[in-house]
Amino acid sequence: MTRSEIEAQLKTIIKPYVQNEEAFENLSPETDMLQDLQINSAHLVDIILDMEEHFDIEIDDETAEKMLTVGEAITATENLLDKKD
Amino acid sequence: MSLLKTIVQQLPYAHPFLFVDELTHVDEQGCKGFYTFKKDEYFYQGHFENHPVTPGVILTECMAQIGLVCLGIYLVGSDKLKVKGSVAHLKSTDVSQSGPAPSRTVSKAENEGQTAFVFSESNVLFEKAVYPGEKVKVISTKKYWRLGKLKCRVEMYNEAGERVCSGELSGIITKS
Repeated sequence: MTRSEIEAQLKTIIKPYVQNEEAFENLSPETDMLQDLQINSAHLVDIILDMEEHFDIEIDDETAEKMLTVGEAITATENLLDKKD
Repeated sequence: MSLLKTIVQQLPYAHPFLFVDELTHVDEQGCKGFYTFKKDEYFYQGHFENHPVTPGVILTECMAQIGLVCLGIYLVGSDKLKVKGSVAHLKSTDVSQSGPAPSRTVSKAENEGQTAFVFSESNVLFEKAVYPGEKVKVISTKKYWRLGKLKCRVEMYNEAGERVCSGELSGIITKS
């Protein structure tokens, strides 16, 4: 799966939790999920679980805690998908 | 003292905002407890005037105190047991807190090693009224406990066995 494919699917996953639509429209790898998208920190856990289910990967706690920007989430997913193949 | 009583004793609430009389079951998957709404609870004075009915927010609070906080205290304690292999940690200085607070507020956690419990989400459906003097049973089933977040499906029943409300509640447990 390419980075842009991962990004498109990740956007679908995070959309329900986004509270700043404008930042979501202008999404970039640097977009911070808490600061920019104003996602509630409690919902970050739901996003991690949704990603695990959707991509069929296991995200350990240490990796999860580092996934604060969209780019970091894409990279983590990319790495975990690579390991699977 | 039994584990169940120890958990109730560790709840950070007090009169008039403690809505747990007894916890009767707890394990990794969920818990069960009871509360009787006393006829002289303070909120009956105004909800409603001359027609006392337990407010939905209080039912929600009761479900959260039993279903989330009691279970959370147990899960945090059993995590510590797994890590440190000592029973003493379940009776340590854990302080939990729940309530309609912003999700990233951490209070009562000034001292090292304390635990703060913050109510983060609720989605509750109310089906029956609960009147003064009624005893309710709360059953909580864990949906997940991950990265410090506890999410549960919680149901409340009256003494007739009718479901009075149910829903999904979540809280964040932070350790300092």
